[in-house]
Amino acid sequence: MNRRLGGLIKKEFLQIVRDPSSIAIAFLMPLVLLLLFGYGVSLDSEHIPIGVVMEKQNADASNFASIFHDSRYFSTRYYRSTRSATDAMISGKINAIVVLKQDFSRRIGHDAPVQLILNGVDENTARIVSGYVDGAFQKWLERDAAMRGLPLETPVRIEQRIRFNSELRSRNFLVPGLVAVIMTLIGALLTALVMAREWERGTMEALLVTPVSMGEVILGKLIPYFLLGMGGLALSVAMALWLFEVPLRGSIWVLFAASSLFLVTALGMGLFISSIAKSQFVAGQIAIIGTFLPAFILSGFIFDINSMPKIVQFITHIIAARYYVAILQTLFLAGNEWSVILPNAGALVLLSVLFFGLTWKNTRKRLE
Amino acid sequence: MGKRIFALMVKEFLALLKDKKGRLVLIVPPLIQLLVFGYAATFDLKHVPFAVYSEDKGSVSRDLVAAFSGASSFSLQAELANEKSISSLIDKRQVLMVLRIGPNFSSSLLQGRPSPIQIIVDGRNSNTAMLVVNYSGTILKKFNEAWASSHGGSIPVRIEARAWFNPNLESRWFFIPGIVGLLTLLVTMLVTALSVAREREQGTFDQLLVTPMSPVEILIGKALPGFLIGMLEATVITLAAVFWFHVPLLGSILTLYVGIFLFLLSAVGVGLMISSIAVTQQQGLLGAFFFMVPAIILSGFATPIRNMPTIVQDITLINPMRYFLIMLRGVFLQGTPFPLLLPELWPLAAIGIVCLAIAGWLFRNRMY
Repeated sequence: MNRRLGGLIKKEFLQIVRDPSSIAIAFLMPLVLLLLFGYGVSLDSEHIPIGVVMEKQNADASNFASIFHDSRYFSTRYYRSTRSATDAMISGKINAIVVLKQDFSRRIGHDAPVQLILNGVDENTARIVSGYVDGAFQKWLERDAAMRGLPLETPVRIEQRIRFNSELRSRNFLVPGLVAVIMTLIGALLTALVMAREWERGTMEALLVTPVSMGEVILGKLIPYFLLGMGGLALSVAMALWLFEVPLRGSIWVLFAASSLFLVTALGMGLFISSIAKSQFVAGQIAIIGTFLPAFILSGFIFDINSMPKIVQFITHIIAARYYVAILQTLFLAGNEWSVILPNAGALVLLSVLFFGLTWKNTRKRLE
Repeated sequence: MGKRIFALMVKEFLALLKDKKGRLVLIVPPLIQLLVFGYAATFDLKHVPFAVYSEDKGSVSRDLVAAFSGASSFSLQAELANEKSISSLIDKRQVLMVLRIGPNFSSSLLQGRPSPIQIIVDGRNSNTAMLVVNYSGTILKKFNEAWASSHGGSIPVRIEARAWFNPNLESRWFFIPGIVGLLTLLVTMLVTALSVAREREQGTFDQLLVTPMSPVEILIGKALPGFLIGMLEATVITLAAVFWFHVPLLGSILTLYVGIFLFLLSAVGVGLMISSIAVTQQQGLLGAFFFMVPAIILSGFATPIRNMPTIVQDITLINPMRYFLIMLRGVFLQGTPFPLLLPELWPLAAIGIVCLAIAGWLFRNRMY
């Protein structure tokens, strides 16, 4: 049995080395994705352009406007009228407008209204701007109270403490999450494609009439792609730690153990897809829609699962990447927190049993 | 000439739609993606589980806790009895935030001294953490204003925030116009990236080149099917956005279609260019995948282009998706008039013409 398995594995490796597209998916794609996400994508907003309109220019108004000028979160532009500022906002030059009315300096001290007009099209940025404006405003209130020798008029004040990621660097959660996407790509998409290729070319039937058993065929596929996937993982972790300087607070051994478990689950998904789709084109499509996109959108990698509609939340329970992303974010940023790792690892075990079972059932049926 | 182009076009449509799977791939996946993306892709926080650790027994702290638990997006999970459980609840991901109120909160507030409260937030997902901080700030601001006005204080300046174009700051309004662009790109690329590669693989492209058809005619015949299918796809998804997801379409339909037309010109151009470089269908598909992933990530679809490093921002200038998304969101939500969209429209036209010209040149000059 060992010699037969060895032969199959050798054949698979030769195919991997000879076909540039496998190498591209296994190593080039992780590289491109990590570079894009590590350098290209950021949710950390600084220097957000905002417009300030002072309907009447005087010391009070300039003093108030200076809070935006001094904040590193904003880059301020001044406009003469609300109208010209509005045009700038519609064409995307600024994200918000602060309007100080004619009577600002007369009413200051008694509820003087300041208008903050946000461009709601990009609602995430709008919320962030609104939060930063509040922060800058708070500082002005303190300064103003100190200048007039008055006690500060904010009764309750928030002190925030962010655990695990105190500077709120978005890279620190995007890069670990991306590892799940990359492993899905290698485990599920690549495996689905290569198994479908065997069916498409008719070499699978040929294999099955040899003394090789179905179990050996599946193992002969799993072992090479498992190794390829672990190679992709090592590359991703190395880039995360040394290029992007993401902290790894948990143990690297737990990381590799959890990743092997997820990779096995992903390979199971790939095998299952190829057992229902015979052609490469259809298998590729199903793998992209059934595994790659959900790993992006439904895994909690970018979007908060708790905020999704109930039915979508329900669907996320069968998305393996969901459990892996939870493990990754905890291992990288929080540490070996077993109460998070163990239940999620358990779910991965269940899912892999499910997918291998389904594959087994489907392949046997086909042979009858 | 018209008759020859028409014949080639009919043949292209037959090649695409002849089998059931080919037809399904064009229709079912985009609809699934629209539904899943549309419901799952949101930065709104609708459910923030939080806990309270209050050492204060006064009524003011109860009012403050009520202000938080009464907010629609916050839900109170537990009232903690000791300090130790704060970090363990957060580490286990049972709550996103803990609100901590010190022992003298009520008494010092009643004596007119400002009192701090502390919020401890899970920073594993930094975007969610920032939103939790912002939401808390908003709740507290209202609480402070109510407190100040009921205790005779006055606030020197009050900020009135309003969001234009998306008054309730619904994430869905931001993402769904983006999805119109995303799916239009996806389908158009799938159709065109395979069209020349398929003929190259089967060897029929050489035959096409020796017919009386000129390269320009071949180009038009190859481009039109992708163009028409992309147009249909964009129309269906726009209809779904407006009538299913109720995203407002404020701008003129004519402006919208001019934008779609120019975007399709560039998408078809890129697709045909990839297709005429590829030798096999698999290479065509992979090429399309390698183009689409960066095109989507660097388009401002989920994260603002403004946050990217300057050099990456310069790269986005050649990305047709960038212009298309600005245009789509402008027409949908802002009702941006045509003249203000010219800066987005001419680059689309330029990219389209350049890519189509290169594709046409490659037809003749890349021979196997």
